[in-house]
Amino acid sequence: MSSAERTKTASSGGFSIDFKALGPFLALVGLFILGTAINEAFLSGGNLSNIFTRAAFIGIIAVGATFVITAGGIDLSVGSMAAFISGAMIVVMNGLVATLGAGIETVLLGILLSIVLGVGAGAINGLVSTKGKIEAFIVTLGTMGIYRSLVTYMADGGTLSLDFDVRGFYRPVYYGDILGIPMPVIVFFGVAVAGYILLNMTPFGRKCFAIGSNEQVAQYSAINVDRIKTLTYVIQGLCVSLATIIYVPRLGSASSSTGVLWELEAIAAVIIGGTMLKGGYGRIWGTVVGAIMLTTIGNILNLTDAISNYLNGAVQGLIIIVAVFLQRGDWQRKKSK
Amino acid sequence: MKTFTKFLGIACAFGLGVAASGAIAQEKIKIGVSIPAATHGWAGGLNWHAEQAEKRLEATYSNIDVIVVTANGASEQANDLEDLLSVQNIDALVVLPFESDPLTVPVQQVKEAGKFVTVVDRGLSIPGIEDVYVAGNNPELGRVAGEYMRERLNDAGKIVVLRGIPTTVDTERVDAFVETLEGSDIEILDMKHANWNRDDGYEVMQDFLSRFPEINAVWAQDDDIALGVIEAVKQAERTDEMFIVGGGGMKDIIKRVMDGDELTPIDVLYPPAMIATAMDITAMKFTSNAPVEGRYILGATKVTPENAENFYFPDSPF
Repeated sequence: MSSAERTKTASSGGFSIDFKALGPFLALVGLFILGTAINEAFLSGGNLSNIFTRAAFIGIIAVGATFVITAGGIDLSVGSMAAFISGAMIVVMNGLVATLGAGIETVLLGILLSIVLGVGAGAINGLVSTKGKIEAFIVTLGTMGIYRSLVTYMADGGTLSLDFDVRGFYRPVYYGDILGIPMPVIVFFGVAVAGYILLNMTPFGRKCFAIGSNEQVAQYSAINVDRIKTLTYVIQGLCVSLATIIYVPRLGSASSSTGVLWELEAIAAVIIGGTMLKGGYGRIWGTVVGAIMLTTIGNILNLTDAISNYLNGAVQGLIIIVAVFLQRGDWQRKKSK
Repeated sequence: MKTFTKFLGIACAFGLGVAASGAIAQEKIKIGVSIPAATHGWAGGLNWHAEQAEKRLEATYSNIDVIVVTANGASEQANDLEDLLSVQNIDALVVLPFESDPLTVPVQQVKEAGKFVTVVDRGLSIPGIEDVYVAGNNPELGRVAGEYMRERLNDAGKIVVLRGIPTTVDTERVDAFVETLEGSDIEILDMKHANWNRDDGYEVMQDFLSRFPEINAVWAQDDDIALGVIEAVKQAERTDEMFIVGGGGMKDIIKRVMDGDELTPIDVLYPPAMIATAMDITAMKFTSNAPVEGRYILGATKVTPENAENFYFPDSPF
């Protein structure tokens, strides 16, 4: 369904417009009620802050993924990319301690490296898939394997640990807060706002919608499809690098098990939020809520012992499917067809 | 000669290669080592120690050639075993099976081809296939941790448990731990899977902390999980309230024990270096006339500040 078509069908039923846009929010409210019913500790300030902070990693990556998916692409490499960038940051910062000492410069250079690598990795994914004319699925599946192997190689199969003195300087980036709001949540919110403006209020965003709806029509409309598509991957890479910058100070380590399956979680967050997997329509706030929902499900399962641990995956799967079903919104108009 | 070897390979594959080890004696003795790829910390240590042992054995014995192959899953490992047998034409196999059940028959085929077989860590489902069995002691790891809890808490207190990936290894450890606590007033508030992963350990512990106002001790079972738990407890500023017992023997945790860290007073060993034990024993079979067949169960040693130095390998990735 193209965006034009979608708007048409949506406006044909007055009630369903609200329901569709609000769908993810309603599902989240439902989850919060469920969480509170299961354990009162759910609504404690500490727990809520944990949920939002945890959602920040997947959430920031998912904001980038919203661009890629809206423009009809897919990026499977983000989890491995995050692991690789974390590893490279740790190696370089540990190396810099000898010359620069464990100070603010070391941390800033580490952050700069992260951004360069993220943007570079995104550009590679974008250019190889557009200029090389290879399906993005295959390109990013390939880079996924490459980055995962590189981090395993750098760590000798073990774990890379950040120098303890550097950790002292870097720690506030994750554990710090401004007016009681944890830093990762602030970064997450900032990225979401920037993403919303870029996707919904700029020509670039509209071009993403157009390409996702119909690439050929977009091409004929004098849109530089390759350039825009490559840029969505660069945005994705930048988002991964931002997520990594706040991830590294959390545990100060990276290993081959870092970021495993993050790509699927990010894509799931995007789709739960109402973006279409085949492209053409994207919604940043939906993605944000989707990421928070995924984290909340895990959190609720940790707060109860009513469900066998072995069934956690099943419950997660079920809740995701039900949530997406509820927000489709057109199930109630079935008989009018 | 080449065709002869090839013939032997085929003969072996059909289980007729009884004379194989004798005929190849003039050539190098080939020892194939098949282990899981370095997908988590402990397996990383395993790979590192296997590589070190390979270098050491090849330097010591000029007639020994060690071939290490790593697999990402049970079926890939089964393919590896076939390749070792038919392409590399090995004389002995050292294998750490990914999973016991699916690899029992592939290892049995290697044995039936007349090869010397050493099984490490995870036992096969049919007894009597292997010549040598080398393993850490999973129930013992749970028991040692449980006994320390009882001693340190004076038989009373509230604890939480973080489990690994749902597998036999995890179940054996947890069952023995729970059994050891029986008869004491130590209450297990809850157990959750943290998949031998730092990030999961951090998140599960955060949730335990918001759920339970009083926790006296944490059994993390694994050192990767323990590192995540440590950060979560520090963040919640509840370090004075509890202590954490991990397991495995990761250098970071051993270092903390060595330094007398109050939060991690001990560690329980489950050394990935057991692969080196297995490789050495297998090499001995071909380099000495000492009998080596049998079962070697390594102890789950309790690491305390007094003995930590003996178990600290700063160069190992684990």
